[in-house]
Amino acid sequence: MSVKAENINESTKWQDLTEGLKIHEPATSKLFLTGEWRTETPVWIREKCRQCLLCVPYCPDSCIAVKDDRRQDFDYDHCKGCGICAKVCPFGAIEMEQPKE
Amino acid sequence: MSTKTRMSGNEAVAHAIKQINPDVMPAFPITPSTEIPQFVATMIANGEIDTEFIPVESEHSAMSAAMGASAAGARAITATSSCGMALMWEVLYVAASSRLPIVMALVNRGLTGPLNINAEHSDSMGARDSGWIQIYAENNQEVYDNFLQAHRIAEHKDVHLPVMICQDGFITSHAVQNITLWDDGPIKRFVGEYEPEHYLLKEDESLAVGPYAVSPYCMEAKKAQAEAMKRARKVILDVAKEFEELTGQHYGFFEEYQLEDAEYAVVAIGSVCGTAKDAVDAMRAKGVKAGLLKIRVFRPFPGEEIGEALKHCKAIAIMDRSESYSSQGGPLGAEVTAALYRAKATAETVNIMYGLSGRDVKVEDMEQVYESLRKLAAGEEHFAEYPYLGLRDGTENVLSRQ
Repeated sequence: MSVKAENINESTKWQDLTEGLKIHEPATSKLFLTGEWRTETPVWIREKCRQCLLCVPYCPDSCIAVKDDRRQDFDYDHCKGCGICAKVCPFGAIEMEQPKE
Repeated sequence: MSTKTRMSGNEAVAHAIKQINPDVMPAFPITPSTEIPQFVATMIANGEIDTEFIPVESEHSAMSAAMGASAAGARAITATSSCGMALMWEVLYVAASSRLPIVMALVNRGLTGPLNINAEHSDSMGARDSGWIQIYAENNQEVYDNFLQAHRIAEHKDVHLPVMICQDGFITSHAVQNITLWDDGPIKRFVGEYEPEHYLLKEDESLAVGPYAVSPYCMEAKKAQAEAMKRARKVILDVAKEFEELTGQHYGFFEEYQLEDAEYAVVAIGSVCGTAKDAVDAMRAKGVKAGLLKIRVFRPFPGEEIGEALKHCKAIAIMDRSESYSSQGGPLGAEVTAALYRAKATAETVNIMYGLSGRDVKVEDMEQVYESLRKLAAGEEHFAEYPYLGLRDGTENVLSRQ
């Protein structure tokens, strides 16, 4: 009963689901693209960013990766567009882009 | 391999717990089940068992802690009654859908209100759709034996569902009766150690229990859970058979007392069945073919077997110790009547409310029930509504109290 999450989808029969829908592997949230929920989109303005990294711990969805002590661009597959990063940025380096009409 | 002694139903459950020595017991006291955690705490203090007792701040926490312990890989139990189980309500469903084999000692007491602490089945009947297996007892011996079988059923790989072992508050929980206790060695071997395949504390295991399930998955998950409940039928009977080989005690989905050739049958759950048996004997002595079907397993509901066992009867009284306020009768009435319809039975039926909030039921009361069945079958009695047994209503109704 430890079928891989990547092999479970909306065509899976009830007989093939895990018992109690238990998940038998780590980090399956990567497969779940919550970025589809987003309406407003944060945009990183690199020239204004001072790499203070304050946005990183504030992101509730771990969508700002850090490499060699520097933040990378947003993980738009999982960013829900909550806007907290833009709110906490002391340098105006993150702007929320409104959805297109 | 046994000892004859006497003890209360709560002591009997505590003795079963002592023999099982479960890993974790979170519990919160509530009448009339308070003695069970009290006895267990005493046994732990005396070094007789090494169960981890968690004194929680509420029953919601008790069931949540039992879930956590069970998911972590422990054999977890709890005990409660009435409003205590009502406070567990939300978590009861989660425990079942998470397929955690928790065992609960439920001492049946009516849900408030009016505020009352006595025997009624409204607590467990309210939880009948929560996904828990429900096994009921007539007397102290049965609640002891049922508790000893509970883990084997819950933990079986074809089941993985929680089980509640029910007994009537005060009537059996506090009344002292003769009982045969089975020796520790054979019972410990019968119950066995709990060895789950997957659990949170397992080394190198990555496991998430109880995740959010979006709509495209929930129906499939519920179907899988319903199938596990169906598979529990065979497991319950297999475990009972093995228990019988060990102890000589016979258990099934239900007990038939003088039912084979009965024309007038009573269907009931719990301690009232002892009273009903005396009434059957009294009616038989008068030449009336009376019988009893005592339900032991209510979830999964053995509807087909009940229908088959009853369909030859002329008139059947289905006894509910729980008002459902449906204006149609009680839960047992609804389910047994449906089973009779599917079995194409032609018996007259009446659904009778009895013993609510601990109202005493005497042998004479049950004799009146059989008398009403005789009249019902003969066309001399008609129940426009489901009657209350022993109700003061100022009428000449055969079941009313004058």
